[in-house]
This record gives sequence, C-alpha cells and structure tokens, in this order.
Amino acid sequence: MTQLALVIDLNVCVGCSACVTSCKEWNTSGSAGPLVDERPYGENPTGTFFNRVQTYEMGTFPNSETMHFPKSCLHCEDPACVPVCPTGASYKRKEDGIVLVDYDKCIGCKYCSWACPYGVREFDEQEKVMKKCTLCVDRIYDMTMPEADRKPSCVKACPTSARLFGDIHDPESEVSVAIREDGGYALMPEWGTHPSNHYLPRRKTKMKIHADELERADNPLKLDQQLPKPDKDQSTMDDVSAW
Amino acid sequence: MSSTPLHDPLAPPVAGATTEIKKTTCYMCACRCGIRVHLRNGEVRYIDGNPDHPLNAGVICAKGSSGIMKQYSPARLTKPLRRKPGTERGAGEFEEISWEETFTLLADRLGELRATDPKKFALFTGRDQMQALTGMFARQFGTPNYAAHGGFCSVNMAAGMIYTIGGSFWEFGGPDLERSKLFIMIGTAEDHHSNPMKVSLAKFKREGGRFISINPVRTGYSAIADEWVPIRPGTDGALFLAIIHELIELGLYDREFLVRYTNSGQLVNLDAEHDEFGMFVRTEVPEEEGCYDPQNKLWWDRNTDKPVVTHTEGADPFLRGEFKLPDGTPVKPAFQLLKDRVAEYTPEWAEGVTGIAADTIRRLAHEMGITARDQKIELPIAWTDSWGKEHETVTGNPVAFHAMRGLAAHSNGFHTIRALSILMTLLGTIDRPGGFRHKTPFPRPIPPCARPPNDPRAVQPNTPLDGMPLGWPADPDDLFVDKEGEAVRIDKGFSWEYPLSAHGLMHNVITNAWRGDPYPIDTLLLFMANMAWNSTMNTSEVRKMLTDKNENGEYKIPNIVVCDAFHSETTAFADLILPDTTYLERHDVMSMLDRPISEFDGPVDSVRIPVMPRTGECLPFQEVLIELGTRLKLPAFVTQDGARKYKDYPDFIVNWETAPGSGIGFLSGWRGKGGEKSMKGEPNPNQWEMYAKNDCVHHEVLPRSYQFMRNWNKGYLEWSQRNGITRYSEPILIHLYSEVMQKFRLAAQGKSITRQPPKHLAKRVETYFDPLPFYYEPLETQASDKLKYPLSAVTQRPMAMYHSWDSQNAWLRQIHAHNYLYVNALTAKNAGIGDGDWIWCESQWGKVRCMARYSESVEPGTVWTWNAIGKAAGAWNLTPDANESQQGFLLNHLISEELPKQADGSRFSNSDPITGQAAWYDVRVRIYKAEEGEPQQTSPQFPPMKKYPGMKDAPTWLAYLAGAKKKGGAK
Repeated sequence: MTQLALVIDLNVCVGCSACVTSCKEWNTSGSAGPLVDERPYGENPTGTFFNRVQTYEMGTFPNSETMHFPKSCLHCEDPACVPVCPTGASYKRKEDGIVLVDYDKCIGCKYCSWACPYGVREFDEQEKVMKKCTLCVDRIYDMTMPEADRKPSCVKACPTSARLFGDIHDPESEVSVAIREDGGYALMPEWGTHPSNHYLPRRKTKMKIHADELERADNPLKLDQQLPKPDKDQSTMDDVSAW
Repeated sequence: MSSTPLHDPLAPPVAGATTEIKKTTCYMCACRCGIRVHLRNGEVRYIDGNPDHPLNAGVICAKGSSGIMKQYSPARLTKPLRRKPGTERGAGEFEEISWEETFTLLADRLGELRATDPKKFALFTGRDQMQALTGMFARQFGTPNYAAHGGFCSVNMAAGMIYTIGGSFWEFGGPDLERSKLFIMIGTAEDHHSNPMKVSLAKFKREGGRFISINPVRTGYSAIADEWVPIRPGTDGALFLAIIHELIELGLYDREFLVRYTNSGQLVNLDAEHDEFGMFVRTEVPEEEGCYDPQNKLWWDRNTDKPVVTHTEGADPFLRGEFKLPDGTPVKPAFQLLKDRVAEYTPEWAEGVTGIAADTIRRLAHEMGITARDQKIELPIAWTDSWGKEHETVTGNPVAFHAMRGLAAHSNGFHTIRALSILMTLLGTIDRPGGFRHKTPFPRPIPPCARPPNDPRAVQPNTPLDGMPLGWPADPDDLFVDKEGEAVRIDKGFSWEYPLSAHGLMHNVITNAWRGDPYPIDTLLLFMANMAWNSTMNTSEVRKMLTDKNENGEYKIPNIVVCDAFHSETTAFADLILPDTTYLERHDVMSMLDRPISEFDGPVDSVRIPVMPRTGECLPFQEVLIELGTRLKLPAFVTQDGARKYKDYPDFIVNWETAPGSGIGFLSGWRGKGGEKSMKGEPNPNQWEMYAKNDCVHHEVLPRSYQFMRNWNKGYLEWSQRNGITRYSEPILIHLYSEVMQKFRLAAQGKSITRQPPKHLAKRVETYFDPLPFYYEPLETQASDKLKYPLSAVTQRPMAMYHSWDSQNAWLRQIHAHNYLYVNALTAKNAGIGDGDWIWCESQWGKVRCMARYSESVEPGTVWTWNAIGKAAGAWNLTPDANESQQGFLLNHLISEELPKQADGSRFSNSDPITGQAAWYDVRVRIYKAEEGEPQQTSPQFPPMKKYPGMKDAPTWLAYLAGAKKKGGAK
C-alpha cells in the first residue's frame, strides 16, 4: 500500500519560505482554492497557508543553534483528524494515504483541528471550511504535466532540495532511503498517529587537524626562509678588528 | 453521508479555462531566475522556476512564488501624475496627466538644462537592472550626475576585489561549491546571490563539505553552518589580517601560485627620497600606454642572485628579503612588505578587536591552509598561460569564500575586502576549481579600463559627457575634479574625498543638492530608488530637505521626478510621477554591458519578454528613456538629421551597437543577420524571437581549457579580446600590493607628477591609500562615545523580502509584517529590558522606538533587525494602522549620511574614505526601556500617505483564484 509523504531535511533548510508561498500560489488557484487572506493590506494580516516555516533558537549564546522548521500536514498513517469528523469530510485516501478534506461535506466544526496534535489545519474564514495540505494531489496525478512537474509545489520550488517526496512504504524510494540512512524521524511519535512526513536531523562536518599536518616536507618556508646573502661590500667586523 | 468524496480534488477548479505557459525572467529580487508564468483565462495562475534555465534550474524562492501578488497589488501606480498646482510637495496631492503632457514637460525642462548646464540634471537609480541604458542616457545627455545604487550597496565588495584580483563576488564571480571542501561565508546579505547560493550550499553540505559562517548574527544560511563564529561588526579586516599572519608564519600559502600569478615577488622601491618610492621598479617604459599591467617589473632571482625581469624562464624569485639594486636603490619583494605589515596583526591582537578567541582564529587559519594544501584537485584540463607555458592540468585548492554587504558597508570595508582577496590569493584559490571562479565579462584589467572624465570641461551644453559617468580611476589624474581639486559631481564621486567611488555616492545626492554643495541642481530624476525612506540614511532629515525652500519660497531641489511601479514613500515627494510597469509587463535585458547572469563556465545573458499586457497607462522606464532621448535629440537616439532612430526599446536593443558596425550590442545571443553568431555580429531583426524560443537566455559554454585561471589564461584572454569583451589580452596579475593605492599616497605626499590633493585632504588620502591592507576602526565608531553607545546596530536581509519591495505583497507581508530589534538576551536583561518590551534605540543622530526580541543568535555587542520592513503610514497602499508602520521600524533614522563635522567645519560622507561606500553598519547605539504610558507604537511617525488617482482600493479580504471572477473585496 502506498503512503505518499514528505521528508524534510533540516540539515539544509535555510528558512527561505519558498515552500510557503509556492504552496500558497499553487493551491489558491488549485482545487483546494481559494486560500483566503484576511486584511491582506491592513493590520494583522492573516491568511490560509498549508505550509509555514517556524524559526527557533536553541541553546545559549555562543552555543546556540538557529533552526528553521517547515511544517505542514504530516499525512499520518492513523490520523487523529479523521475519526473525529462528524460528516466524514476529513478522510484518508486508500490509494496513496493522502489525508484530505472534502470541502463539500465540511461543516466547519473544527473538531479535526482540535484533534490534530500538530496544529496543521487551516480554517478558511470566508468559505467556513477546514483546509489543509493536499500534497498537491491536483499536480501529482495531472497527466497533462511533464513527469518532472508532477510533484508538490513546495518540493519543486525548494532551492535547497530540502523537501523530498515519495512513497515511504516503498523501501527503495528516495524518501525511505533518506529516512533509513540519514536518521529520519517522525514528530511526537508518542501521539501514536504515525506521521508519514519525516524530518532529517542536522549533520555536522568537522575537521580534525593533527599537529604534524602543520609542518610539511614541502613547506614553502624552506625556500622563503632562506634569505638573501648580504652584499660583500657591507661592513663587517673584519674591517675593524684583528682579534 | 456516503464515504465517496463529493468534492473531486482532481477536477479543474475553473471549468473550460484557457491556459497558457509563457517564459520570462524573474525580478522579485536581483537574482534573475528563469520563470514560467502559467496563465489561466489571462490571469496569472502560477509562477514556477524554469527547469531549463542555467541560473535556477527550476527552483524558485518565496519572492518569486509571490509575483502574482505584485502584479495585482493595489499599491501599483497606473497613471502619470503631476503634483497638483498650488499644493505643497510631500502632501501627496496629485492629478492625472497624459503621457504626451508628461513628455512635453520633461523634454522642455530637460532640454533647457541640457542647452545651458547639463549637470543641473541628475539621474539616480535604485536596484534597476538596466544600468547600461540609464548610464548611457546620462552620458548622452551630458550630465556627470548619474549613478545607480551601488554606492550605498556593496561598492566596497566590487572595488576591493576588482582592484585586487580583477573580479568580484556575485554577478562577476563566486565560490565554486561544486568542488570546494571548505566554505567560509562572512558578512553576507542573504539575498546575494539568492537561489544559486541556496542550491549550491545545500549540495555542498550534502556532499560532506564543511561550512563555517562568520557573522555577528546567526540567521538564514548561517543557521545550517557546521560552525558559527560570532564576530563584532566592522572588525572582519582584523580577522583576515590575523589569519594572513598565521598562514605566512606557518608557510601555509601556495608559493607557486603567488610567484607566477601575483605581484608577490615584484620588487618595490624603498628609497624614501625617490619619486617612485613604494612603486615597483620598472625595467623600461612600455611601448604602448594601455589599460594593462606591462610586464616590466623585476624579481630578485634565487638562482642567479640578481634582479631579472619577472617570469624570466628558469628564474625563481625571492619572496622575502631586502636587496639593493646595482644603482643602490633598496628594494623588497611585495610579499616581504605584506609579511612586515601583518607582523603586528597577531591572533592575540585580533582577539581583542573581533571578540573571536585567538585559538579559534589560529584554527580557522589552519583549516583553510591545510585544506587548500592537502586536498588539492588536479583536473585533466590542458591550458596555456599568458607567458606561453603549457600546463597539463588545472590545479584547485578547495577553499571557497563568500561575502557581501556585511564586509562592504563599513567605512573600513575597502581594506577589509582587500585583505580577504589577499587571503584567498595566499591560499591559491583564484579562478581555480573549488575556490573563487570568475564569470564573464570578468576578470578585467586592474583597474578596469572605463574611466570617469577628469576635467570639468567634459561637461558641455548640448554635448554628451566626455567620459563615462562611472569608471575606475587608476591614478589621481583620473579624478573628476577641477583645478582647485573640488568635486565636479553632485555626489562628489571621484573626488579627493572618495577617489575610487566606482558606483557613485547616491546616499549624499539629496543632502548635497539641498545644500548646494558643490552646486545646486534643477531636476532630480529617481528611478525605483526609495530615497525618502529605506534607501536613504538620516531618513527624517532627508525628508525635510526634499520639501525645504529657499528665501524666495522655491524648493531647494526645484524639480523632482520619480519613476516607480509602486506607491513608495518617495513618490509623495515627486513633482511628477512616471508609472513604471511590473516585470511581467515588459522587455528587459540582463546585458553583458551591465551585470549579466554569467556562469563559471561561460557568458550568459538573458531577457524579459512581456507575459501580461501593461496595466493602465504604465510605461516601462526604458521606453521613457528612449522617447525622451529621441525628443531631446541625444545623438545615440536620433539619426544625423535628428530623426527618430528607434521605434521603441526592443528595436533599440536589437539595433544599437557600441560603434557603427562593431557587432557588439546589449545582447550577445543570436547575433548576425540570421542569428548564427554569438557574442559579436550584425544586428539580427529576429533576436527577441530567438531568445523567446530559447528560455529567454543565451549561454555560451566555453571550452574547458578557458574555464579556469582566466587572469592568466592565454586562450581565454584572447577569446575575450576577439569578442570585444576586453581590449587587451595581457595577463592580469593579482595585486597583493596595490600600486594604484600608492600613486594616490605619493600624490598626497607631494611626490607625484600627477595631480595632488588640496592641503586639507592630503592627510586623509595619505592615511587611507595604503598599498597594503591595514585595520582601522570604522570612522563613525572612532567618532562615537563608545561608553555612551556601547552597541553596534546592523540590519540583515530577510530571504522572503527584497529591500522595500514586498510589503505591498499580500503573501510576503504575512511572513514579515513588522520587525523587532533583536538583542542578545543577556545584554537585554542587563539593560532591564524584557522580551517583547517597547524600547528606545538611540544613536548620536537620533532614536527610534521599537520592540525588543531576545536572541541567543547574536553576539552580545550587536543589535540587529530586518532591513526595510518598517514603512511610513499609508505608504505602499497599506492601511495607516498596518503593522509595518505601527510596529515596524526603520534603523535608518539612527544613521547619518555624514560624519560629525570636522574641526574646520567641513563634512565627510559617512562612507569609506576610499570608495565612498555608505557605512550603514558603523552606527553605535544604546538601548533603554520606553517609559510606562508611552504609546505602544513605533517612533518616529509621519502623517499617513494618501492614495493617488489611478490606484485601486485595497481590499479587506482576498480570495485569489486565477481565472475565476470573485477575488476579494470589502466585507
């Protein structure tokens, strides 16, 4: 059984928000659209975004880290948002595991957003329905697009390729390999929802310098420390002393 | 309910829509990625990266993805506007006029100025991408008063590197992360070079490269660094000099590279009585005076123990020591002088300046030196050097650097960047795999050949300027000064105050024009430069200057014309507003004559092609210039009989040539009658169509043997010469030691045969024109009470905003609607400031009220904020209560465009004394909690800007769905 998901590499995410607005621009005019913005040119603008980047600082100066953390629906294998939905609007697709909202059934009761441990559902204040990441379901199966484009908009946009997309149930897929080999982990597994999206941790490259590497046989100082000989006509002790 | 979904997520959202995909080039920042614009029923449905474009290969950033909201922004200006007669400038009262009236007004007034005193017309532009055209217009007009934004952006980066290695970061070169093993990023603005940097940095990290970030602040790129080294602002030069000290001490430099490709071994005349003191000893006068380094200098040969002409076959120079020429002249190799210079710059000394532990500085030096030496790359690429020696391979020392405004925007930035360039050179990394790589049209001779005029007589009525408005002085005779040594330009560019101001000093134009120093002007034309807000220093005072009047009740700057696509703060001060188009509505060229988008492997230029019809009466600024140039009968735009030469901008781009029949024009692709030629060839009437068919981009991949070592690569330099990129193919030796600097110093010491500075400037020139880099505390810091103002204040550039451009963008402003002052938590606590408190941040020049935010990612002596998020109330058609103006703030109010008055009453720009680079990041501040009961609102505040005729009402909600009807409105 297929489970599509994103794997997000925190080791390379620079927090540029390309995924945030490329998601917005695709989906506002896509099948989940429009994605409404309230007070777009006024005080405290707020709108529907399926994907947001949060930035955290960890530790204390100077031993601190800045972490950019993109967050969207994790398409859980056992999503908490689905069973709580009174109308069946919140559902998980059998064929690919994508969790979707059927806007025509949604009554805007927000049970799903209360149930979701990850806070990734977005209520549309104009249409009064719940919206959320669709993994760009209207891109990935659109056969009118070239195959290379049949990916979620955020994945395609990401300048650091921090977002991988694929089937985590296929052990040979790029995402499964990344999870397996680069320490992929799920968020808050204790909630038991089995999130499909995974994150890859920071990985540091260090350099070890051995003392003897600072001195080498081919050190140019061997040449450059040989300074020129003084002029023969310079004064020396010979000029004044016979000892 | 049935379990079958009612809503089909795969169904088209707008049934039966017409769709279309068009390609052009992004302009949401200066990166210039290839984009595909997807249209639905004629509206923009989606903008994504063009996968076939060499720059971004399909990726796109937050700004690029939000182009839709720029296109449909309610802040757009759509009609030419004139300040209502009888209203005050700055009041924002405008009336519509036609383009015909606009052109008549402009042509009459500018025609009069051109016929009498062309320098009374000043044209200054912001982050435009058509400097080759705007500069040409100014030159044709005959005014020297032209510059783009470079003087207040990163001219130190350009000049410091170009005067040292003949190339620079960003458009003209960059780090080769594909092959690098160690990457050091220092003081970078995160939008330079945006997507290519992100792409290559991520790849570099994935492939196991080590990334060190040196920056007072840990944001964006620095967040993913393997190591963050916090540094005090403005002290980077001290760090580089200490690293150089350590590398020389341990012999961790690439001797072979220094000997053959730099002036390290060249002998410097050290006879203090000699007119040529501090200059290289020359064997003979070159046959031809040209813009290149003649090969007539000397080495002291180790083998024969006597002086020989450099690069003599079989010779090997001493890099150290002291010698006497047969005529008794004492000389030292340049490298020895560098060693002498850095002797005092020990890591321990630098620790006290930079705040970085001496051990860390040493380790950084070791990491660089050892990686460069032990991880050498040998590529099987045969090439021939300028002296005819054939090399079997290209060698790389895989240590790469990137730096930008963090180094540049200090008054000691030129020397800092010279020091960085020398460090990169010692490691042997210039135009080599894994190091720094050039991009065509660089490298160029040091300095490049374009010269500013050097005589006030270059400005004549009804005559083009005799010289380039901007250029690269090689000695004091290239300065643009009068007999008394006074500046000819309004911004005092190329004067003794700022001799190497290659990009002008736009930040002083308004102040100088207001004061009438060196003279008053009549018309100031600003193109997309927000000089009444975030692009100016001393914002509050400069706004007053724009409306200040003389005793006759006339404005001190009589006529201000602003061309912009948006309702910027500056438009309020215009007498005439020219509504520009967006990037989706016009033709543009990213030209080889300007700042193209070349890759390491060869020249690349590109175009924009309109994908949307123009909105309202918007007219691209290029068309304005062509039309105005034609009406003013500027020679480049009319035939000999004064008739119109070019129908419009596209026609101009196709047919204009640098000289009749030269075959060199704005675009390098598909030249020749049938488009069969590249770089050079006859105009091709179908050139635009051919660009359109080829992703709007022309990329010529050079043979592999021309892709490296280009300063000294015979094949490349001759290719460059054949294609009219450069006049000379002589090798471009790296200037470890700068004779250009020494020439100015000699002039200041009264020793030169060149012009000499006025007395009151001699000491300044003598001090700063040091042929070797040295460290000095930034000028404003020197002139600040550091006990009273203990902190440095700097700005960073958010990745999701470009300058002031995006607060009018409904999506991007939700990412940064207002800014905080980030303060190290300990520093804040010591000042009694809580997280989120309203505080005052005060410099010797002014103060702003803003909100503090604790941070552990900033060194304790620095406070910082995001640049240009704060806006004036009502500007950009935001509501007057929008966060940008109520909680957002501008640091510019704290920064002066001038240093404190000198003892004799004279004033210097708050700039680098060599290049005139605006010293944005030198300001010193203190912070304290706002009083109880003070308004929880940013200060200063200004009366809200009004909406102008032709602007849309800003909706209170938005539900954008391209190609469908309902989009938003009032509730």
